[in-house]
Amino acid sequence: MTAPRYAYAVGRVLDPADLAGLVGIDGAEVCQVAHRELAAVVSAAPPDEAALGARLERLDELAVVAEAHHSVVAAVAARTVVVPLRLGTIYRDEDRVRELLRERYEGFEALLARLAGTVEVGVKLYAQDRSPAPAAPGASGRAYLLQLSQRHRRREQEWQEAAAAVERVDTALGAYALDSSRHRPQPAQLSGAAGENVLNAAYLVPAGRLAEFGELAERLALGEPLLRIEVTGPWAPYSFTEPDRGDRT
Amino acid sequence: MTDSNPWLTSQRQGSNLADVLERVLDKGLVIAGDIKICLLDIELLTIKLRLLVASVDKAREMGIDWWEHDPSLSSGGRRPLVAETEQISVPARVEEVPS
Repeated sequence: MTAPRYAYAVGRVLDPADLAGLVGIDGAEVCQVAHRELAAVVSAAPPDEAALGARLERLDELAVVAEAHHSVVAAVAARTVVVPLRLGTIYRDEDRVRELLRERYEGFEALLARLAGTVEVGVKLYAQDRSPAPAAPGASGRAYLLQLSQRHRRREQEWQEAAAAVERVDTALGAYALDSSRHRPQPAQLSGAAGENVLNAAYLVPAGRLAEFGELAERLALGEPLLRIEVTGPWAPYSFTEPDRGDRT
Repeated sequence: MTDSNPWLTSQRQGSNLADVLERVLDKGLVIAGDIKICLLDIELLTIKLRLLVASVDKAREMGIDWWEHDPSLSSGGRRPLVAETEQISVPARVEEVPS
């Protein structure tokens, strides 16, 4: 086998029936490469890597590839514990994938032990801008400037209150979760969401307590009038794959 | 598969393309493959997205419709977004990593 392999995730060996019908990037059939109890979930890589690199520069193509990568990871995560890999990990052939599993066996085992039975939940908090826009400059420029400066002060104060509210929600969720991780806030232009994204976090939660965690998040946000919440998931544990994370918990 | 499997009972509610992109491009374990494809940074992606060459329908399929709330873009009706992406795009870099 010398065909290049695109790798999606590393987890436990699966029943081949669980992978039947699963397709990855460019509709490639998904299969596994095993070493002892570890299995890498792979498919044929797109034949021309340079072309793939160029495709990923285009947002519409990137979205298609990202969705394909993600759907394989999610399908496998629904069946076994997995370590999701970063998009675009390609090996020369299956033997090189097996070599990787052999070389990093201990590390993968440690990660899988930590992630077993968990799911990632995404929590985004948005601060709503509640200050009314100042009236258009009318007869009195002075009144307009005064309005502007009052609005500015109100916004400052709202920001501080929102920051404190975010801290309260994050602390409560963090105490409940096994681990937490921050993502960069999403620019509104990218997400299309209303309000300013003031927290974009992921929490690692026992799979059996997913619903409970979601309810807790919603309840906490209800108590914070300045914030709007969005809970997403369950996700495969993308945000908890750093090998040294275990030391922090 | 048990009944309590959370993957089967819940949907990816409220998640959007940005949620997927930030996970697959910015999170996930980085291991050295034989062929390394350098990917766009999320920040750069945002800039590109603003200048995206895309038909409106295509973008809407992807769940992106922010320009509809942006008066400077939507005031003229359904004009296709103008195209500056090619000028700012960073050339694709594909490197062979010595093994």
